[in-house]
Amino acid sequence: MTLPTEFQNEAPSKLSVQSVTKRFRSRKGDVHALDRVSLDVNEGEFVCLVGPSGCGKSTLLNIVAGLESADEGRVWCDGVPVTAPGRERMMMFQESALFPWLDALHNVLFGLRLKPGLKSAERREIADFYLRLVGLEKFRRSFVHELSGGMKQRVALARALAPNPRVLLMDEPFAALDALTREQLYGDLQQIWQERRKTILFVTHNVREACCLGDRVLLFSPHPGRIRAEFKIDLPRPREINSVELARHATAVTAELKRTAHTGTPAREEASV
Amino acid sequence: MKRFAKVLVFFAGLLLAWQLVVLAKFWSPVLVPSPLSVGRYLWEAANDGTLAGAILVTLKRLALGSVVGLLAGLPLGLLTARFQVMKDTLGLMALGLQALPSVCWVPLALLWFGQTEAAMFFVVVMGTLWSVIIATDNGVRNVPPIYARAARTMGSRGLHTWLQVMLPAALPFVVAGMKQGWAFAWRSLMAAEIYVTILSGFGLGHLLHYGRELNAMDQVIGIMLVLLAIGLLADKVLFSPWERFLHRRWGTA
Repeated sequence: MTLPTEFQNEAPSKLSVQSVTKRFRSRKGDVHALDRVSLDVNEGEFVCLVGPSGCGKSTLLNIVAGLESADEGRVWCDGVPVTAPGRERMMMFQESALFPWLDALHNVLFGLRLKPGLKSAERREIADFYLRLVGLEKFRRSFVHELSGGMKQRVALARALAPNPRVLLMDEPFAALDALTREQLYGDLQQIWQERRKTILFVTHNVREACCLGDRVLLFSPHPGRIRAEFKIDLPRPREINSVELARHATAVTAELKRTAHTGTPAREEASV
Repeated sequence: MKRFAKVLVFFAGLLLAWQLVVLAKFWSPVLVPSPLSVGRYLWEAANDGTLAGAILVTLKRLALGSVVGLLAGLPLGLLTARFQVMKDTLGLMALGLQALPSVCWVPLALLWFGQTEAAMFFVVVMGTLWSVIIATDNGVRNVPPIYARAARTMGSRGLHTWLQVMLPAALPFVVAGMKQGWAFAWRSLMAAEIYVTILSGFGLGHLLHYGRELNAMDQVIGIMLVLLAIGLLADKVLFSPWERFLHRRWGTA
């Protein structure tokens, strides 16, 4: 692999989740986390999964990542069944999950070191490129505890992007940030997504966030976890979280969310996973 | 500076109280020597080289045993954290032996190795090893699972995950274990040196022992002060800064 191909925008990949079921055993009995969930994500599409906590959306993301396995059903990535984590599907978590014993640069390099066929100078160049992309080139030598919450998530984004994956899986990556930082990151993420052509599956419980980022918003309901509704958000980009248009979409999603919450089975306590 | 002055006042007061007790002739000066005579002993011992020699001998034994205990304990701790069967067997043994006061190894070491450096080495290793195993095991079990998950998505597997993620993530706990192991080793080494005369080297424990034999209370108290100073230094210079630094950067405190 050469450096130019490393920076190339590869064709984003298509994801297909087919009838995935997952149960967890807990002391209070079995929890039906996912019940025959199917969804397709087109190449280069940005899809958001919204729902109350405990509805299984994070579990689904973990299964797509290959970190957990489905009891029934399959996940396909470009026609290849997913059985384990893979470099073409990188994941971002709610906590940055950065390694505190490494500085920002070496956190980004961590994944690159595991990617075969790259020379050390090339890895360095790639890491610098992505740190620049998230606007943190000045902080490449900073350690994790010296970074703010927003900066940590930027480094985590750079780390996830650096091995040039075709799919980005994001599990409430902005949930722990303050509103101002979050709004900034909405803009940045949209821009990076368009520039770097990724397929993104994004989990959140923030309806506005989902409408701001997603081409489509899929509404999850819990017990058992199912997709209840689908919304197409055809607003021009970049989208502004506070725009009236966006608020209208968010209102529709929220109304549906409330409706399913009332008609659905009564909420039980979430089983720890 | 004000803080420093308070500390100074406290210890000066302590010294003064000691001197007053001596001046009151409450106890025989053979049992309670004055601070001055203890100081005089230390000065002489420092000048004729016995003190430096003894400190060197003792610290060399301590360093050698601790390092070997650490190098053996780290991989064993990783094993007990990784494999349940190792935890159930070796882990249980380590827990039991760690609770055993390490002085108890002295008679055994004497019978096995005789009055040799090997006996000293053995006692120090036994003092260090078990607490390093337990601390490493505990440290690895306390590593947030998200680190391993993140590493897996980036393609890290097996040994790579253990060496590049689990071990560094557990480092603050490992250092805490080293500190405890050092403390145990230090205690057991002193006990061994007091009990056992070894001709290959006179340690601080021996000086303490001969202080008793010669009824030289100034030597006994002087050496005790040296031991105290070494313990304080090890904590303040060797371990605490490290521990603080790691906990701060790792975000574990």
